[in-house]
Amino acid sequence: MALLQLERISAQYPGATEPVLSDISIDLGPQQLLVALGPSGSGKTSLLNLIAGFVEPSAGRITLDGVPVKGPSAERGVVFQDDALLPWQDVLANVAFGLELAGVPKAQREVRAREMLALVDLAGFDSRRIWQLSGGQKQRVGLARALAADPRVLLMDEPFGALDAFTREQMQELLLQVWRRTAKPVFLITHDIEEAVFLATDLILLAPNPGQIVERLSLDFGQRYAAGESARAIKSDPRFIETREHVLGKVFSQRQVSA
Amino acid sequence: MSSYELPATVAKPVTHAVIPVRRSLSTRWISVLTLVALLALWWAVTATGLIEPLFLPPPSAVLQKGWLLATTGYMDSTLWQHLGASLSRIGLGLGFAVLTAVPVGIAIGSNRIARGILDPLIEFYRPIPPLAYLPLIVIWCGIGELSKVLLIYLAIFAPIAIATATGVRTVDPAKLRAAQSLGATRAQLIRHVILPSALPDILTGVRIGLGVGWSTLVAAELIAATSGLGFMVQSAAQFLVTDVVVLGILVIALIAFAMEMGLRALQRKLVPWHGQAH
Repeated sequence: MALLQLERISAQYPGATEPVLSDISIDLGPQQLLVALGPSGSGKTSLLNLIAGFVEPSAGRITLDGVPVKGPSAERGVVFQDDALLPWQDVLANVAFGLELAGVPKAQREVRAREMLALVDLAGFDSRRIWQLSGGQKQRVGLARALAADPRVLLMDEPFGALDAFTREQMQELLLQVWRRTAKPVFLITHDIEEAVFLATDLILLAPNPGQIVERLSLDFGQRYAAGESARAIKSDPRFIETREHVLGKVFSQRQVSA
Repeated sequence: MSSYELPATVAKPVTHAVIPVRRSLSTRWISVLTLVALLALWWAVTATGLIEPLFLPPPSAVLQKGWLLATTGYMDSTLWQHLGASLSRIGLGLGFAVLTAVPVGIAIGSNRIARGILDPLIEFYRPIPPLAYLPLIVIWCGIGELSKVLLIYLAIFAPIAIATATGVRTVDPAKLRAAQSLGATRAQLIRHVILPSALPDILTGVRIGLGVGWSTLVAAELIAATSGLGFMVQSAAQFLVTDVVVLGILVIALIAFAMEMGLRALQRKLVPWHGQAH
């Protein structure tokens, strides 16, 4: 039973002649980590913005638990590419922000925020200022903040895109650990093929002009990591490499068609 | 001096003695030295009789007059009473301006209709020098405290409202979206995201407003007042009491300087994230 459903979604910017997304249908169920992979211009950010409720589709229906999505809400937590944290608050207050908005008493929300910080390996960072954190730490605070509000689904907008390669790998592994422990369904967009293949339980490949789904894959590399296998062993597994090359080939064949 | 501290460098005194001295001469010290030089020049031209005391009294006379003013007073009031009159006017004007200009700025920055109504009004009156509409205010409100506070209020209102609106318009959209996807209502967005984001701009607006307000106030007191620093300077000038004039100008400058420094300190304390990469 799908938790989040997108039925034949199209989207078009006001004044544009071509739609950015055309006829997209996606189901996201519990236990799933769905990755939308695509080059720039394939409408993946638009897709995330639609699910988050920041923009409305021009056609089609988005439902969460059968209820149509209308505007942003705490049910759909978002982790942004640039952390989007509030620098006038310390780390703990940032993580507790969603609970503060919901009117949860201070003591209670701080307990929850500390749990979330521990979950992302930032225990003890409570009173740090945002500008004292590294890029990876900020993304972890962003993840903890989204999780603290206990959303039904977690949306991640190229969350590791601005990080260096080493930090990105660490963050991917951290995300899989958090995903396994919290059992939150995740919808993540990226343009990094290896990241997509490593993380996804379900991968959709988007092609531009207009944004459409050209390939759907079910994968298990992320689950294997979550079950204890090492990341390096998985990424050097011939099956992993084969899948990566297959997706890469798909991306390039789409490029040539559109060019 | 350094060559005493570093006896080993006596052989090469030029390279080793001069460079550390240059480094230790901070910008602040350069400023202090400039002021000291200026004071010395003032003392020199008056002590040698190059300029008559009627035009420029010596520093010692101004200081003496300052003591006299602070203890016995001039024109029925002590220096403190004149100072208090001026400060309470600007304090009231500033207080009302902050209380009204910040909400107005938020409205202009976040609401299309409010912007349509208020923006042209503010942009219309803002470039008018406040002293140009002071006569009209005096006709409407008389020569009492109200007209002066109103004048200051109007002078400070525009810079704060405009700076607030700019701050609101430049709020990072990602922060707004983040708060919305955490369930923020419209009021919570203003309280938790928009207002703190705009705070650096608001404080800059207050700084600009205070500068404009202070010069407007003193000028207004020169024209229409029976107390205040501007009045003190103006009435002293009429009787050619130059030392009171000079003293008054120095006090006015000191207050302006203190307000500027105070606000900068406030800015550092309230918005420590401003200018940080985050």
